Amino acid sequence: MAESSGTLKHYFVSSAQQFDAAKMGMWLFLVTEVLLFSGMFVAYAVYRTWYPEVFALSSELLDWRLGALNTLVLLASSFTVALAIHFIQKGDRERVVVMLLLTLLCAAVFMIVKYFEYTGKWSHGVFPGAGFAPHGDYAQYNVAYAPQFFSIYFVMTGIHGVHVLVGMGVFVWLVTRMVRGHFSPAYYTPIELSGLYWHLVDIIWIFLFPLLYLI
Amino acid sequence: MADHHAAPHEAHAEHKAGFWRTYWFSTDHKVIGIQYGITALAFLLFGFILMLLMRWQLASPGVEIPFLGALTPEMYNQFGAMHGTIMVFLGIVPLAVGAFGNYVVPLQIGAIDMAFPRLNMASYHFFFWGGVVMLASFFVPQGAAKAGWTSYPPLADIETMGQTMWLWGMVLLITSSLLGAINFITTIVQLRTEGMTYFRMPFFVWAQFVTAFLLLLAFPPLEAAGFLQLADRLLDTSFFLPSGLVTADGPLDVSGGGSPLLWQHLFWFLAHPEVYVLILPAMGIVAEVLANNTRKPLWGFRLMVYSLIFLGIMSFIVWAHHMFITGMGTAISAFFQVTTMIISIPSVIILSALIITLRGGSIRFTVPMLFALGFLPMFGIGGLTGLPLGLAPTDIPLHDTYYVIGHFHYVVAPGTILALFAGIYYWFPKMTGRTLNDTLGKVHFWGTIISMNCIFFPMLIQGLAGVSRRLFDGGLAYSFSEPVLEYNMFMSIAAAALFVFQVPFIVNLIMSLRKDRNVKKANYWDATTLDWSATPLTPVAHGNFETVPHVYRDPYEYSVPGSGVPFLSQDMAPQDDGPSEATIEVVA
Repeated sequence: MAESSGTLKHYFVSSAQQFDAAKMGMWLFLVTEVLLFSGMFVAYAVYRTWYPEVFALSSELLDWRLGALNTLVLLASSFTVALAIHFIQKGDRERVVVMLLLTLLCAAVFMIVKYFEYTGKWSHGVFPGAGFAPHGDYAQYNVAYAPQFFSIYFVMTGIHGVHVLVGMGVFVWLVTRMVRGHFSPAYYTPIELSGLYWHLVDIIWIFLFPLLYLI
Repeated sequence: MADHHAAPHEAHAEHKAGFWRTYWFSTDHKVIGIQYGITALAFLLFGFILMLLMRWQLASPGVEIPFLGALTPEMYNQFGAMHGTIMVFLGIVPLAVGAFGNYVVPLQIGAIDMAFPRLNMASYHFFFWGGVVMLASFFVPQGAAKAGWTSYPPLADIETMGQTMWLWGMVLLITSSLLGAINFITTIVQLRTEGMTYFRMPFFVWAQFVTAFLLLLAFPPLEAAGFLQLADRLLDTSFFLPSGLVTADGPLDVSGGGSPLLWQHLFWFLAHPEVYVLILPAMGIVAEVLANNTRKPLWGFRLMVYSLIFLGIMSFIVWAHHMFITGMGTAISAFFQVTTMIISIPSVIILSALIITLRGGSIRFTVPMLFALGFLPMFGIGGLTGLPLGLAPTDIPLHDTYYVIGHFHYVVAPGTILALFAGIYYWFPKMTGRTLNDTLGKVHFWGTIISMNCIFFPMLIQGLAGVSRRLFDGGLAYSFSEPVLEYNMFMSIAAAALFVFQVPFIVNLIMSLRKDRNVKKANYWDATTLDWSATPLTPVAHGNFETVPHVYRDPYEYSVPGSGVPFLSQDMAPQDDGPSEATIEVVA
């Protein structure tokens, strides 16, 4: 990274050191995120082991097509954010803005699909925990311990969804800074770090999708 | 790449900042350290007062407390749960890591600030508001959390609103600790000054480094468990609630099928490393003070560092020794017994190395040194009394008795807290530019160590007699506890004495802050580490150093034969440049 006096904080020796520090901080943060979800995956593993048939039956209620669509949408958004980093390195500011907006669009599509999935469940009485009371076509799924599956489903995808929303906020912030000309090939740390965060959000979904929808 | 040095005095704008920016929203690691220190001391005092009220009840069950009336069982449980929470998460960790870590680590590695000063500020504010939420929980309907600091479900899941507040408070405190840990690791890896190799880092920095990794890796699973418990409480899920639960109000209306043990595993996966979070910074402080006051290098410095790292790794695979009575089976018990016995080895190595350091030293019995010396046998008792708890056959009869309480209080109260006092007396002249009164300090030391032993040693005896912890009447209802019941009064009087002996400390702080700055020498203790040798006259201004120091040697080069000077500070250039200014002053 080249020297850029405007963005170099006084307690760093060089922009390279500042960039390394920022990147390392983001990686450490991602470690904590992975461990946060690991704790919940442990809960998933315990209850899946205890109630394998219930989990297999309950996952039929999740629409794999919507899950697959969301997987594609998130993968595409990971690609566009990577392209944004590529274009800022080249100095192509217009395309950076386009890529960031495309990422934002994908994230929004993901949340809209999630919204229809959630409300679809709720309208059939599929709630987490004690509120679980499926009716109509779904009545056959009202078996003992099925609420455990949907508790895991709603809590894990819910916390993942919060991460998507936070990411959307970050991308809005990046677009406004980009439009004001804050980033250049010499300084684009926030874009790079947001990209790392976004890839993590993507990866967690890649684990959630098969574990909840497919098996 | 331009080759320019980090510039200590570039941020002049900060110097002219207003009150709020300077003292409340400061990004200076030293101000944040002091913020952490003052807040943590206040919480320690508050947590201690909660315990005094509980000890009143234990000494004389049912007798009214002035202004408060007789303690109800609900109040007793609230005080117990909040005493543990406050002491661990709002007292000791913020003081050991937030205060000393923030203030000292950048100075000792020759950094101008932490790598992320604004995250550092955010970390303090998350901690502060976490504390506010915890305190506020006393005022919600039916009061604060009552399920103990461990918050075991199913009880915690069906507790009153205070438990929800506890969980939100913990989420804030966990966020604070994670931001801090990210900051410490990045700072230590990236911002060491030229010449400060990893093995030239003082032991205190090493201790903070390993501690930061423990916080980073142990806290997120507890955060996950906290979210799941919040879901149980707010969304009626049953992550930790088994089927068929019946309370005094009849069967619980829950979906069931959950595992209370899952909470215990996730909780102790954090909380065992957390034990080392409490003790490692204390060891770091003691190592600094011992080297400085024996005027000797630490014995086996590298061995100590390797032990520290080994301790940190091992601390992640011992957690289930808190759970021997859960019926997890002998095979798993055997595994965790073995790892527990193994982890005692590095602790013993570090303690032994600290004791061997004393041998042949010309010891200066300063106040910080007294506290550091007090730490050694107290931590020894704490460690040795832990061995029977690490083996399932002996743990099962002792589980949940006062023996456990005595054991871990020996580790964290006369252990860690004495070390933290050592740290306060040691770095106070650097932080404020003022000295503390020696006589008051010595009264504080002797009073504290004697009364602490009078509180905690009888607990071991009571526990061996079978008295359970968390009893509202201190065991009065059980005939087997009769022979050891009389200790309750003795321990409570000792607890009151401990309170009285904190008065000289508080008076000392206030008296010192009221007088003029009387520290005339930047390197007040003739120390070798950069926090003393390279910083200007106290208190250290924003930017830390006049010029960024260069490090030439190992951390504790005291009394080096043939050097001709009493000590060689880390930033003292090799012979040809002659001794540095600070050293000449000492020689003269």
